[in-house]
Parts: sequence; C-alpha cells; structure tokens
Amino acid sequence: MAKISLIVNGNPVTGNVDPRTLLVQFLRENLGLTGTHVGCDTSQCGACVVHVDGKAVKSCTTLAVMVDGQNITTIEGLAAGDTLHPMQEAFREHHGLQCGYCTPGMIMTAVDLVRRKGHDLDHHTIREELEGNLCRCTGYHNIVESIAAGAKAMAKSA
Amino acid sequence: MYEFKFHRPATVRQAANLLAKNEDAKLVAGGHTLIPVMKQRLASPPHLVDLSKVENLSGIEMKGRALSIGAMTTHADVAGSPIVGEAIPALAYLAGVIGDPAVRHRGTIGGSLANNDPTADYPAACLALGATIVTNKRRLKAEEFFAGLFTTALESDEIITRVTFPLPKKAAYVKFRNQASRYALVGVFVARRPSDVGVAVTGAGADGVFRVTAFEEALKKRFASKALEGLSVPADGLNADIHGSAEYRAHLIGVLAARAVDAANGK
Repeated sequence: MAKISLIVNGNPVTGNVDPRTLLVQFLRENLGLTGTHVGCDTSQCGACVVHVDGKAVKSCTTLAVMVDGQNITTIEGLAAGDTLHPMQEAFREHHGLQCGYCTPGMIMTAVDLVRRKGHDLDHHTIREELEGNLCRCTGYHNIVESIAAGAKAMAKSA
Repeated sequence: MYEFKFHRPATVRQAANLLAKNEDAKLVAGGHTLIPVMKQRLASPPHLVDLSKVENLSGIEMKGRALSIGAMTTHADVAGSPIVGEAIPALAYLAGVIGDPAVRHRGTIGGSLANNDPTADYPAACLALGATIVTNKRRLKAEEFFAGLFTTALESDEIITRVTFPLPKKAAYVKFRNQASRYALVGVFVARRPSDVGVAVTGAGADGVFRVTAFEEALKKRFASKALEGLSVPADGLNADIHGSAEYRAHLIGVLAARAVDAANGK
C-alpha cells in the first residue's frame, strides 16, 4: 500500500492505496466523487477527464500515486455552491447533452480549452480540441454550441 | 493490472539504482502507453519507477546551435513552446498532433522515444533531424538508438535525460492519422540540414522508423517535391493491417514526402 495526499476540489485528502489504483478509481470509490465517469477505460473517450494542477488529464490512465501532492479538480469542484459554473450553465442552456454520460469529461475539457485558447472560440477549433472526448448521443452540434457560449460566459464571470 | 511496487526517486542516480537492483523494473514517465498496456496485462512489471519527481528532467532550451528538450517534457509543452516554435516549428507541430489534448498533457518525449512504438511520431523527427539522445550514461545518435519494434539501444538501467536537435535549415512533418487511434498510419518527417537531407518514415516500417535514402539523395541535389517524381518505396518490409496494405503505405510515403517537402519550402 502507498500513502498519498492531494488536494481535491480545494480540500486536502489522504489515502492509503494499492499502487494499482487509478486516479479515477480513487476519486469514485475512495472519495465517492462519482461525477467522473469511466467510459472506454482505454484513454480514448474522455469521460474521465479531470484537471491535475489545472490541466485536463485522463484519470483512467493515471495512477493515483502518480499525482501524489498535486491539485485535482473534478466536475464536482466547478460549481460555486448552488450556482453552476458558466460552462455547466451553457451546457444546460444549449442542451449540450442527452444521456449525460460524457458530459463531465466534455465540461472539464472545455474549461481547460478556454484556459489555453481563450474565450473567443470558433466551431472548428472546438471540434479539433474535442478529439479526445466521445459522445454517442448528440452528434456534437449542441456540445460545440455550448462550449462556444460557455467560453464567452466565462469571460464575463472572470 | 497485476500488482507492482511503486518507487518515486528524486534523482536520476536513484532511479538508475532502482532499475539496476530490481530485475524487470520499468520506468514510467507520463504512463500513457505503459498504463494501458499494464491494464491489458500485456506488461506486468514487478516494480514501477516513476520519473515525475526526478529533478532536472524537463525543460526546453537552446544550447548553442542545438535545441535541447528534457526527457520528461510533455507533448503539450513542446507544442506550445515559443523556443521550439522559433527553432524547429515542424517539431512543435509534430508534438501538437500526438494523441489528443489530455494525452499531450501527460505524454513525454523521453517516454515516446524509449517505447519506440512503430507508429509514434517523435522517432521520425529524431531520425530525420539527426537528434542525439542523451542518457545517464552516454550520448546516442538517433541512428544507433532505434533498434526495431519497441526496441532501443537503451540498457536496462539506462535513462534518457534529454534529447538535442541540431537546427535544420527547413523541416516539415506530414502525418496521415489513423482516424480512431490518432497514431500515424504513415508519417514522414523531412529535414533540410546544413549539409544533408533527412527523410524519416514512421507508421509504415515492419521494423519501426526508417530513413528513405533514395529520397534523401534526390532531395540533396534539389530540395523540391519535383525531385521525388518517379521515385517510390518498395512495399516489401512495410506493415499491412486492416487499416491499409503495404502497397497503400508505400504509396502514402511518396505522397506525404512530397507534401512535406512543399510544406518545408513554405508552399
């Protein structure tokens, strides 16, 4: 077993884990943060995307012990109390989801995208940047609309 | 995934000692190849030595007339680096078309080279540009580093610390991606070096990355895509799978090499 301590959604967290434990397992099973999903489990679908020190990372392909001491943000850490994060609100407003399974990963990827490429995102850029996130319901159109709108809304709230 | 012991050394020397002491120990950098392979139980190292806390392994700088990139530097950092963008824009471009954004936040240049996947991108850049792979023991020319499928000249307790690239006059990388995996079905890196031309192909060779000397000779005489007309690569010794036959890959090498030369020439 290995001792780890990290910050998850602003809270210090410690754990005693088998080194085999994936970050996504640690989040879901040890901490009960089930908003982060496992889709493909092969680092392709992006349902498991969380932020490690502010950068989007696939938590199904990262061992919990590898992020010891680092700062993790999951989908549960975005909203401010009952007020949704602007990107979450944009997905609600623009109907950027159907079944919702891929949505946490989509939103975490989108927030990272805004960090890297700013608030004025054209549809082509958004589609290119979503290559690591799969949705099997929507056909992506409304996801792209949501991210473009969410990116603008983040500029206002910042 | 099978059980393993996890080690987190702070220095290259400690990491090398762990490798020497523990038979079949494996280094893990970003883990974006090794962890999936361990999940599939295709690899089951009893010891995993994590390089993420080892000092002085990442970073990008110019050293004289060469670009030096630390082994633990991520693809995202290479792709976004103004230094790389200025020195070898083709290399920044290449790093930016590996995997997807989240993968690029974890994957590293050292990990990619040590793994030497026959469809990985960096090996083509190293071979075409004439890079030097620096380890804790020695300096290896790219020519002598790559040794066949998933095989390198690295010894069992040898660790890549950085890679240095001499600056080319011009260079370009053109990649034909597998639509699902984002790996190169074929990728061609072309570099016009001060006294030489390098043309390296990934994705296609049954033995991994290789140079196309016939193309290099022709381009040395005249660095233009027209110089490649009439030249081809034999399908013999190329990969064939459900994504493309050896003949298809041979054809793609010619097409992509010509496109890369045009791109290097700013066309």
